[in-house]
Amino acid sequence: MGLELRGLKKILGGRVIIDDLDLSVANGEMVSLLGPSGCGKTTTLRMIAGFLEVDAGNILLAGRDVTNLGPDKRPSAMVFQNYALWPHMSAAKNVAYPLKIKGLSKAEINTKVEAALELVNLLHHKNSRPGQISGGEQQRVALARALVQEPDILLLDEPLSNLDAKLREKVREDIRELQRRLGITMVIVTHDQEEALSISDRVAVMNSGKIEQFSTPRELYLRPETEYVANFIGSINRFEGVLENGEITSGVGVTGVRPEDLQISLQPFEGSHPGVVELVIPRGHFFEVVVARRDGKFRIFTNENIPMVGENIYVRIKKALYFQDGKLIA
Amino acid sequence: MGKFFNPARLALNAAVVLMVFFILGPIVWLAVHAFASNWQYPNLYPSGLTLHWWSQVFLDSALASAMKNSLITSPIVVICSMIICLPAAYAVGRIKFWGRRVFMIGIFSANSFPKIGLFAAIATLYYSLNLMGTFVGVIIIQLLGTIIYMTWIPAAAFAAVPRSLEEAARDAGASKFTVFRTITLRMAMPGILVAIVMSFLAAFDEAQGTYLVGAPAIYTMPTEMYSLVQNYPIQVAAVFSLLLALPSVLLLGLARKHIMGGQLADGFQLK
Repeated sequence: MGLELRGLKKILGGRVIIDDLDLSVANGEMVSLLGPSGCGKTTTLRMIAGFLEVDAGNILLAGRDVTNLGPDKRPSAMVFQNYALWPHMSAAKNVAYPLKIKGLSKAEINTKVEAALELVNLLHHKNSRPGQISGGEQQRVALARALVQEPDILLLDEPLSNLDAKLREKVREDIRELQRRLGITMVIVTHDQEEALSISDRVAVMNSGKIEQFSTPRELYLRPETEYVANFIGSINRFEGVLENGEITSGVGVTGVRPEDLQISLQPFEGSHPGVVELVIPRGHFFEVVVARRDGKFRIFTNENIPMVGENIYVRIKKALYFQDGKLIA
Repeated sequence: MGKFFNPARLALNAAVVLMVFFILGPIVWLAVHAFASNWQYPNLYPSGLTLHWWSQVFLDSALASAMKNSLITSPIVVICSMIICLPAAYAVGRIKFWGRRVFMIGIFSANSFPKIGLFAAIATLYYSLNLMGTFVGVIIIQLLGTIIYMTWIPAAAFAAVPRSLEEAARDAGASKFTVFRTITLRMAMPGILVAIVMSFLAAFDEAQGTYLVGAPAIYTMPTEMYSLVQNYPIQVAAVFSLLLALPSVLLLGLARKHIMGGQLADGFQLK
């Protein structure tokens, strides 16, 4: 097992931030902690790294209990949100620092630093200071500095949040590719669902100090175990009531319909019910259409049969999720 | 042509010339006096050049001992100040403790009143402690003026070191002490260097208190100036003034090179 958290608890300023949290990450697995700000994902990561003491529970890294070890004694390495490169050292010196602390010989340090910088394609910047290179390059130096420690687990705190959108996608793929190649266990904290879904083997969706669901991106989308997850991963039309004959009718529980699980047409068709188009918004890769039906208002993502505002159209619910007490029933 | 008659440019040039004259004028005047055999109104030029005044200063035992005293006390004061103030600066800069603000303002308030009253009170205390006219007494008096520099500037420097940089070093396997030595102290160094320069100059320049508790047993360069101006030819005072200004010029030059021009500047993004 790469990482195991057992009954983790953290209280900060009298408030329970993390409550009885369990998590198991396999060797070589890439796991995201996903949630809105304040859900405790960064707190969890900082406890794994050793910057925060736990109030209860245990942390096991590579099978060893590290709960009471300081960050310098743990076999983990972290990539910080703001990269945290030392501005008074060159890129090479930054990467060499952990090796110097370990007391490696000069020749060994040189070889390893060059290899690490080569790995992130930054050998040509080895003598540059952090202030002289771009944000993306700083990020790669930080990554090299973490990898050169040959950690059992790599922790990344919102690693892409300071990069612009184009670069983010590229760095995301680079990190994923590197992770696969080195087979290193990784835990990455993010608030960006797209990032989490595209990069991870498994995603832990967190909500106020607890893990709501821990499964593959595919499962999270197709079978969200709770209403919270369904709402957080992708988006959802939420109705109080149950689905009957293609319409929402009053009843116990909550019915959720994803905008992409609705079919529209200008003519009536099997299973459809009429409604009036209220809004049509081009969203780039698709159109968002808002339709008011007798049983409620639907947001629909579609690329076919784009209607005009005010038109009468027909909408069919292809698929729905049914929740009771916030939990998925069907 | 137009370049020469640009009024803004002309005004700027005039202002620069005035500034240069204002700053350098007195020093040039001193320098000429220091090497002139005689230079009196209404003569435009000195009557001759000589090194006589310099030899007089260096051969005069009172002046030589004043220089020696200054060069001994000032570094000792700076070192004592560092030992006392730097830990306090770290605490104030990094730890939120009760009474922190009061402490900072208290240090400031020591400098916000005329010092002569403070020195008079200290002098009475010195009599009962037998510190009048002693080196220790002079060093304590000179320490007072350095405290504000040695706490406020390094405190700000320590506070400005981002925590994540220290965490990154801890994460890389460094012990708390190593992190302090290689990251925190290193990054606060420009601030500490500035504090050292300012403290040295404050101690080197201190005359009021030093005269009060040191004279007549101990004279430093600034206190010796009092008697110099009255008892010696003006040229000797000029030589002495130049000598007094020398450490300031040297230290500021050094600080400029190491703080503004050196690699430390990169870390602070000032160039």
